[in-house]
Amino acid sequence: MTYMTKPSVRHPALRQNDLGLTRRDYEGVISTLCAGCGHDSVTAAIIEACFELSLPAHRLAKLSGIGCSSKTTNYFLNRSHGFNSVHGRMAAIATGANLANRDLVYLGVSGDGDTASIGLGQFCHAVRRQVNMVYIVENNGTYGLTKGQFSATNDRESRSKKGKDNLFEAIDLCAMAIQLGAGFVARGFSGDREQLVPLIKAAINYDGFALLDIISPCVTFNNHVASTKSYDYIRDHSEAVGGLDFVPPEAEIEVDYEEGASTSITLHDGSKLELSKLSDGYDPRDGHGAIDVIRRQYEQGNVVTGLLYVREDVDDLHARLNTPSQALNALPESDLCPGQVALEAINETMR
Amino acid sequence: MTGINDFVVKFANVNGSGSASANGFFAKALFRMGLTVSPKNIFPSNIQGLPTWFEVRVNDKGYGGRRDGVDLFVAMNPQSYEQDIEEVVPGGYVLYDSTMERFFGRDDITILGIPIARMCAYAYEDPRQRQLFKNVMYLGALAALLDMDAEVVELVIRQKLGGKEKLFEANLKALHMGRDYAHANFECPLPVRVQSVPDAPDRIMMSGNDAAGLGCIYAGATGAAWYPITPSTSLAEAFEGYMLKLRGDGEGAYRGAVVQAEDELAAIGIAVGAGWNGARSFTATSGPGISLMGEFIGLAYFAEVPVVIFDIQRGGPSTGMPTRTQQSDVLACAYASHGDTRHVMLIPNDPRECFEFAAQAFDLAERLQTPVFVLSDLDIGMNDWPIEPLSWDDTRSFDRGKVLDAAALEDVERFGRYLDVDGDGIPYRTIPGTHATKGAYFTRGSSHDAYAGYTEDGQINVENMQRLTRKFDGALDLVPKPEEHRRGSGGDAGLIYFGSTHAAVQEALDQLEAQGFAMNALRLRAFPFTQEVLKFAEEHERVFVLEQNRDAQMRTLLMAEAGIPGEKLVPLLNFDGMPLTATFISDALKTALEVEADGDKPAFRIV
Repeated sequence: MTYMTKPSVRHPALRQNDLGLTRRDYEGVISTLCAGCGHDSVTAAIIEACFELSLPAHRLAKLSGIGCSSKTTNYFLNRSHGFNSVHGRMAAIATGANLANRDLVYLGVSGDGDTASIGLGQFCHAVRRQVNMVYIVENNGTYGLTKGQFSATNDRESRSKKGKDNLFEAIDLCAMAIQLGAGFVARGFSGDREQLVPLIKAAINYDGFALLDIISPCVTFNNHVASTKSYDYIRDHSEAVGGLDFVPPEAEIEVDYEEGASTSITLHDGSKLELSKLSDGYDPRDGHGAIDVIRRQYEQGNVVTGLLYVREDVDDLHARLNTPSQALNALPESDLCPGQVALEAINETMR
Repeated sequence: MTGINDFVVKFANVNGSGSASANGFFAKALFRMGLTVSPKNIFPSNIQGLPTWFEVRVNDKGYGGRRDGVDLFVAMNPQSYEQDIEEVVPGGYVLYDSTMERFFGRDDITILGIPIARMCAYAYEDPRQRQLFKNVMYLGALAALLDMDAEVVELVIRQKLGGKEKLFEANLKALHMGRDYAHANFECPLPVRVQSVPDAPDRIMMSGNDAAGLGCIYAGATGAAWYPITPSTSLAEAFEGYMLKLRGDGEGAYRGAVVQAEDELAAIGIAVGAGWNGARSFTATSGPGISLMGEFIGLAYFAEVPVVIFDIQRGGPSTGMPTRTQQSDVLACAYASHGDTRHVMLIPNDPRECFEFAAQAFDLAERLQTPVFVLSDLDIGMNDWPIEPLSWDDTRSFDRGKVLDAAALEDVERFGRYLDVDGDGIPYRTIPGTHATKGAYFTRGSSHDAYAGYTEDGQINVENMQRLTRKFDGALDLVPKPEEHRRGSGGDAGLIYFGSTHAAVQEALDQLEAQGFAMNALRLRAFPFTQEVLKFAEEHERVFVLEQNRDAQMRTLLMAEAGIPGEKLVPLLNFDGMPLTATFISDALKTALEVEADGDKPAFRIV
């Protein structure tokens, strides 16, 4: 066997969500990534978020490209269909899948090589098209499966484990996504689960393209002193723009913030994003401001995290293409095939 | 020199000058008079300023192929006068704009000069109109010279303009000016002329891309992703146009999604994603797009995702001749992508089959859970062809293949996505979102076991690959059979051909029969090759394989996949990018047969 399923031993005391499911029901097969890999923490955060949202797993589709990060879709949500596609092309698969059935949640997991190099074009166009999906980049600045080459998100001043200098500028996927019109842009850190889980929950509930760029250190190839994507570096240099709580529709806001210290953003489905402790004057609804903060902090060697940008109301791809409210893959034959009478009318125009 | 209802008119124009509509009116009016017309647009890869031609072969014998020699050349482009004039047959005619008089240097043809530019300059104020109505003016002159039915011509224009009365009046003025000038200055009609054909069979004029786009509508396709590339662009655009016309949901939305992707990689990826998720989906492209789509095609083959790919072939390799026709993607499609792959191909010969095969391709893709190619070409795709009216059997229903719904999943103990339950190599698939606890699987392009789990076990991989072969073999019972044309005792030689050469081949076979060479022929309509193909080869000592590429790709495929010995298959090749003429084919065959009669091996190639 080259993959391992998890034994389904279940402790009766395990907490259940609204669907009567436990966290175990949201797990996948056992991870084969290196011990300590940031990606496994992201996997755990995804499981946690889906569990807490009481998401019916079969109403979510997992999509990925190729690379360490793309393998992780197998490590969560066993009850969901998954599609581990080709390198850098997850965005196209997600776009097509979403067009076929608008009623599912599409969760894409990609890496920095998969997205910022080979898949940069598809990433940009999925953003532009406002595909209604969560696009997670597990960003470690390195090619893990091929043993440690630089990726395009690696910072100019960083050095490889073998001492090689990175010669090129880093691509900042968040700044790029904001410029391209993404609806929801956040950056997280795999080591900060408290921040990450609400971001994932909010992204899943967001109607439109939601990017989660998660710095997720590679313990094997990019966790050394000269790396700017190491656990230590990110812990020392991460600057959160503020806290985020995701409040599902009809739920009471339980978090008690000081008056004036919190900003509330209501999403399509009535759920709320409660933003607290925002740094001075930071408004995630201001794209220019967001890009400015990202760039300025970057120049000081810092990585800005949190919900960086959100548009309250966007038209997703379906709205733009004017598709029906019913899923296209569920339309009956009678709705699709016009029949002989219509064909005869077309013939007539060609005579 | 030919005469009534048997001639070729060729127009030479500058592209971007608005000649296409007037030339289209000409062809349509002749078609309405009951004649067989086969207009061929011979255009440059350019938008404005370069020479472009429109060739209309007219006859009342039902021959839809090209014919050599031009009887009447409408020479409206001084850039190409020199080469145009050479194509005119002795005794033929040249109609040209004599505003700038010109000496053509041939005394065996008749030059008909009309000062079209000058007349337009007097008649119209607007510079654009002065340009556009030049075309309608020569149409008026042609109608008089060829004795076309004036009412038909005017009705064609009126219908095309769709009720824009003012524009119609302006067109009519130009038409009549041309007509009157011809009557006053030339002996109308010419010996080359038309007569209406009463009781002509019911035909429509349609391009293959238009028909294929419509076929996708009838097949229930809801996902289309494409990237603009000549000569396939008009297929996706036709699909979208028909979707807007025929697929409104009554609430302002349309039942289908068309995405103009950022490149061919994304186009096929989107189509594969939609196919995986249970929507019938397709992409349309040409050779360069097939090259780019390779990786995804392999994924769809190996992960067993239904998707339909239209390849409207053009001249290759590389950018090649983007506006000329070829049949040179045969091998690229049959074996698209790395590793061991083999793909079902449907090969239409005209727009009617484009419609039918488009519809059938989706059934096959879903039944076999694999990419299916429809291998058309520029000649079929972009030119208007006279065809039998399209028809649809309302009792027909889609074959969605082996898909398990929620109820069926209830009865499944353990779902195996790649488990060969029925022994035909075709597993059962599930659509995401179907069942809360059953039927989910992890789709992957990496080697997998029957339960879609990753495996590096060589034996399991071997079994999976063998199952895919078994599945492919099952396509033999599903693909359209070849079309055989028996002409009695064909002697020792037969002909195998496919696609757009059909019209010219039928005429060539008639010509040969009239000369005492009755030859049997077989038109391939699909890959894999069914038994009939092998049988045909066995029945003939020598089989010519006619195709429009340099390397005899179909012959290679016949050798490799049907096991027909190479020495039996004589290649007849053309790859100059033009639709073939009957004479070209019959001459080639006749020469070959004569060589053979002398006891030599006719292993020659035609260029």
